[in-house]
Amino acid sequence: MNTATLAATLLVGLTRLITGVRAQWIDRTPPVPGIQRVYFANHASHLDTLVIWSSLPPPLRRQTSPVAAMDYWNRPGPRRWLAVSVLHAILIERGTGGARESLRHLIAALDEGRSLILFPEGSRGDGEHIGELRAGLYHIARERPDVELTPVFLENLSRILPKGEYLPVPLIATTRFGRPIRLEPNEERQVFLERARQTLLALGGRA
Amino acid sequence: MNVTWDHEILLLLGGILALLVVASVTGWWLAQRLRSETGRAVIANFNARTKSWWIMTAVFVAAMATGGIGSVLLFALLSFVALRELITLTPTHRADHRTLFWAFFVFLPVQYLLVYDGWYGLFAIFIPVYAFLFIPARSALAGDTQDFLARTAKIQWGLMIAVYCVSHAPALLMLEIPGYAHENAKLLLFLVVVVQLSDVLQYVFGKTLGRRRIVPSVSPNKTWEGTIGGIAGASLVGALLWWSTPFGFWAALAIALTINLAGFAGGLCLSAIKRDLGVKDFGTLIEGHGGVLDRIDSLCFAAPLFFHITRYFYT
Repeated sequence: MNTATLAATLLVGLTRLITGVRAQWIDRTPPVPGIQRVYFANHASHLDTLVIWSSLPPPLRRQTSPVAAMDYWNRPGPRRWLAVSVLHAILIERGTGGARESLRHLIAALDEGRSLILFPEGSRGDGEHIGELRAGLYHIARERPDVELTPVFLENLSRILPKGEYLPVPLIATTRFGRPIRLEPNEERQVFLERARQTLLALGGRA
Repeated sequence: MNVTWDHEILLLLGGILALLVVASVTGWWLAQRLRSETGRAVIANFNARTKSWWIMTAVFVAAMATGGIGSVLLFALLSFVALRELITLTPTHRADHRTLFWAFFVFLPVQYLLVYDGWYGLFAIFIPVYAFLFIPARSALAGDTQDFLARTAKIQWGLMIAVYCVSHAPALLMLEIPGYAHENAKLLLFLVVVVQLSDVLQYVFGKTLGRRRIVPSVSPNKTWEGTIGGIAGASLVGALLWWSTPFGFWAALAIALTINLAGFAGGLCLSAIKRDLGVKDFGTLIEGHGGVLDRIDSLCFAAPLFFHITRYFYT
């Protein structure tokens, strides 16, 4: 076991300890590994990525890379090591400027067989509402239609570590994995993105 | 805080072991025999509960075997999980974030440090005085006045039940009882055995004889038959265990009855909280039982009474 694997195991343990995270799969059991997925989730906390990653069963976790913001994670030192070596994250530019380039990175990762964790809202919300989803999810769905788009609703993360706080309160988080959605033939971008957003809301019982 | 193992404690543990074996064999035998759909469901739940009892007993005994520190740590952990279950289900505001941080990471550990240290004077008032005054002050500093009183009360009540009340169980180890030095582990065992046995017997009597419900709107499972049978049975067992305590036979009976009545009140109050929050259980940690708070609801109310009765009359 090398340092990165050890760090990953510790990180999963620590995340479970702080958030007591419980994973709920809509069909009760986690799906089989092997199928490529993009897990897309609501975003309210810095812990979101770790919580989804930790609640995946190990075989699924090993094939999954979180998508993270370059400006925050690509700093020399432990941060980049954590993102790249431990979590196998894919770092992308935020904002519309590098959108095409970012998409290319994500497609390349999918073509290498990775699954992705994506927060299509782009930035963290207040935990109550889900903002409009960015176009990346639509482009992935169009470019790689065989990839399963699995909605994940994160519950309580905005209470555990809300935006603007740096100390967590150890409440119990829940990750609820829903049934995958796919892009319908001829479905408009806005229609698809709104449908994806509604899926998340319904999963959280907020629709 | 020193705990020694004498033949009495081994006898108590042997009794628990025998009880678990009987429960497991009975459950296995009934699972073979019963055919009806509802009967099988009840037995499946019974067997899940028995299995969890084995695990809970093993953890509890292992903690006791390490002496005082193990028991204090175990109950601190139970408090932590119970408080987490309660606050997770209770709506709090964004402005309560830092207050909650204090509750989990300052008040809870300090309370158990006071137990370990045996500092009775501060242990008895730390949460009801200092934490209770600090909580509204910290929340007020955060500036959100909406539902202020209710929010404050929720956090205070959570600390009271999950931390303050529970901490009285390991606090039994700090009592200095003449002629009973280093034997306090048996008091803790007495409390846990009597209260949990009362729960088990109320469940068994309730399932077999239960007809008339006491407060259906609060707890559909609590019946007069089950409650009286369970409390009477567990109190009798408590009296018959008098030899392991500093109490005489009749005192042991009276004390066991008192803590069982308190335990009943605890179960009822926590059921009322669950109904209010719209949930069936506080959690899912213990298979067949629900959350930690579902398992220790009676203990929450029984432990402080047991502690103070023992302290007042026997030290």
